[in-house]
Amino acid sequence: MDKMSSVFEYAPAPESRAVVDLAPSYGLFVDGEFREAADGRVFKSLSPSSEEVLAEVAQAGAADVDAAVRAARTAFTGWSALPGTERAKYLFRIARIIQERSRELAVLESLDNGKPIRESRDVDLPLVAAHFFYYAGWADKLQHAGFGADPRPLGVAAQVIPWNFPLLMLAWKVAPALACGNTVVLKPAETTPLSALFFADICRQAGLPKGVVNILTGDGETGAALVGHDGVDKVAFTGSTEVGKAIARTVAGTRKKVTLELGGKAANIVFDDAPVDQAVEGIVNGIFFNQGHVCCAGSRLLVQESVRDEVLDALKRRMSTLRVGDPLDKNTDIGAINSAEQLARITELTAAGEAEGAERWAPACELPSAGYWFAPTLFTGVTQAHRIAREEIFGPVLSVLTFRTPAEAVEKANNTPYGLSAGIWTEKGSRILWMADRLRAGVVWANTFNKFDPTSPFGGYKESGYGREGGRHGLEAYLDVV
Amino acid sequence: MSSERQSKNSSESKSSSQSGKTSDSRKISGAKSSSESGKTTGSKSAPGSKGAPESGKKSAGPAVAERLSVFKTYKLFVGGKFPRSESGRVYEVSDSQGAWLANAPLASRKDARDAVSAARKAFGGWAGATAYNRGQILYRIAEMLEGRREQFVREVAGGEGLSPAGAAAAVDAAIDRWVWYAGWTDKIAQVAGGSNPVAGPFFNLSSPEPTGVVAVLAPQDSSFLGLVSVLAPVIATGNAAVLVTSHRAPLPALSLGEVLATSDLPGGVVNLLSGTAAEIGPHLAAHSDVNAIDLTGADGDLARELEIAAADNLKRVLRPRAEDWTADPGTGRLLAFLETKTVWHPIGV
Repeated sequence: MDKMSSVFEYAPAPESRAVVDLAPSYGLFVDGEFREAADGRVFKSLSPSSEEVLAEVAQAGAADVDAAVRAARTAFTGWSALPGTERAKYLFRIARIIQERSRELAVLESLDNGKPIRESRDVDLPLVAAHFFYYAGWADKLQHAGFGADPRPLGVAAQVIPWNFPLLMLAWKVAPALACGNTVVLKPAETTPLSALFFADICRQAGLPKGVVNILTGDGETGAALVGHDGVDKVAFTGSTEVGKAIARTVAGTRKKVTLELGGKAANIVFDDAPVDQAVEGIVNGIFFNQGHVCCAGSRLLVQESVRDEVLDALKRRMSTLRVGDPLDKNTDIGAINSAEQLARITELTAAGEAEGAERWAPACELPSAGYWFAPTLFTGVTQAHRIAREEIFGPVLSVLTFRTPAEAVEKANNTPYGLSAGIWTEKGSRILWMADRLRAGVVWANTFNKFDPTSPFGGYKESGYGREGGRHGLEAYLDVV
Repeated sequence: MSSERQSKNSSESKSSSQSGKTSDSRKISGAKSSSESGKTTGSKSAPGSKGAPESGKKSAGPAVAERLSVFKTYKLFVGGKFPRSESGRVYEVSDSQGAWLANAPLASRKDARDAVSAARKAFGGWAGATAYNRGQILYRIAEMLEGRREQFVREVAGGEGLSPAGAAAAVDAAIDRWVWYAGWTDKIAQVAGGSNPVAGPFFNLSSPEPTGVVAVLAPQDSSFLGLVSVLAPVIATGNAAVLVTSHRAPLPALSLGEVLATSDLPGGVVNLLSGTAAEIGPHLAAHSDVNAIDLTGADGDLARELEIAAADNLKRVLRPRAEDWTADPGTGRLLAFLETKTVWHPIGV
């Protein structure tokens, strides 16, 4: 195998970026129009794979937040009064336009985020369109969703989303909100604002009434102003647990309904009867998908002691074949780390892993000179007390622990304040169900990992947040029901 | 208002049982010998408030050697046992006329922590019990309550200043509420869960699971119907509860502990603390082994303060709102303390 990979070198196979027409600067999308920030502030969005400036975007301040919330409030009257069938048709239009423009959006996403084009093209964009399709169909069927005979929308939804799946997280937030009759003010992440601004253009093409969707670019300060605004009825946030807690404190004692989708430290549990090759693919997909910038990443590998060496040998072989580099190259497996700040965090935590006594391993791997990169890395000899076993690294770093019995696996898997996801690899059906029953996590993948679907509810237990996105369950977050 | 109610009570109590109107056995005994009662409590208000029933009893012709009744020492209910407050504190509970009814334990931070630890120990077994079994136990609670209906009517009437008929209606509704939730235990998963038609060869199933240890600040006004209305849905789905009773009227809640203890409910699934939401609430809201908090019994400022504290470990928070305890409870309170778990598995040969 090793020989073959050196014999058959990959030729570069870059996707063309000509399909994306980037303007030098973008404004805020408020009340159906692009406008500059009230105080004229701007910031730059970089391509993390080259550090090239992609565009300059407006930095929304308090006055802009206020304008956007007012626009959404004004639009709410008409939008919520629209028959569900009509709201549905707008959402179907949006879904179709996303499909039409998916190549452009995939390239844009890879440019701005650094994720491999293979993932933005084959995972992000199809799921984005599917999400709008799914919730479009709910807009005129809400009375059948199990939330009463005539469930009402909440009003204006403030939505703050992360940088790891910029457009997909937008879809998760915007589609159910609009389907239920709410209007939205959405703030994309500071490092990945561009696809949300392109989405604003899709809303224009779809003829969506003014003010129903408003996009404010900015940093954490913008997000805090939005979440704290009195005119907001609903707050939806995906991001770090730390910020999630701050938001929960901000909205305490208000009428605002909150859903939070936060961090994770998922255990991916491999039993001795699991087919090793499949399990290894699942481990790799679990932690190296999207550079490990995944809240539900399988960042703790729990491998049964009796197969530890076999699994680790196979895993290391497989990791040696991962291709790190240009996100626009169709053969790239691992793209760029999203920002210098995130790279610094990964670097700091992995250094702590070594300092605390875990053994670090990474395949020989040439990293580009410009941009932010981190080689796929695993740590063995990790104990439950190590920071790399407790803290979310949000990068391509796997911590390996072992166990002997299923009960011990459950104990270790649940030994975390998080509870977003978990993985189980075994051929024994009754053991899968026994484990799935006991794992305190919102999503359990058995003999698979990192699968997503608009019909399937997603969200965490414990400090991974509350509320669900996706499926019938996802409607509740945007309806005025308990 | 209350004096009207009181006089109505007393006239009704004449014809029915004397005990029907007074709030618990102490009052009856007090009525029979108010000097006894006054001596025991040293209370200023007790004799006066007992004037009406006393005269009622006198007219019924009290025996000279009437038996002195046995008072009940009200205690907390923690881990299936009935401890006094670790703090050694009690506070005076009186009826709507200000007459002394009992001394209730004034639960402390340590009691709250003990209760959380008992609830955590009980949670696994209760969550893991079959839904059928949980339903049987909840139904058993209704059965046990039915047999002690008169006692609860007395306690509710005394604590809330209700007429016997009003108190009886509240107790009957509370018993029926246990029956309602008993029937939900093995149905909620079908209503709240189900299979998801994902676009791929996968089995995909979402099921509700209990959130864990739930702190409940019971309503201050409705000491029994309100209490049951917030407690039953929490445990019906497999959560364990630490409940702070109505401060003013804790006796029905504390007596409920005796019912729970004889209904095959595993110890620790429900823990009952009498005291003040303002004192115990902050410790429960900040406790990192509590998964959720129901703020029904907290007022605006306290509710906000507790919601802020609850954010430290991202507890699920049910905010206080206007409630009509006699209304159809719906499924809202069942769903408030459930997590949705979604399991994926590939389909293939």
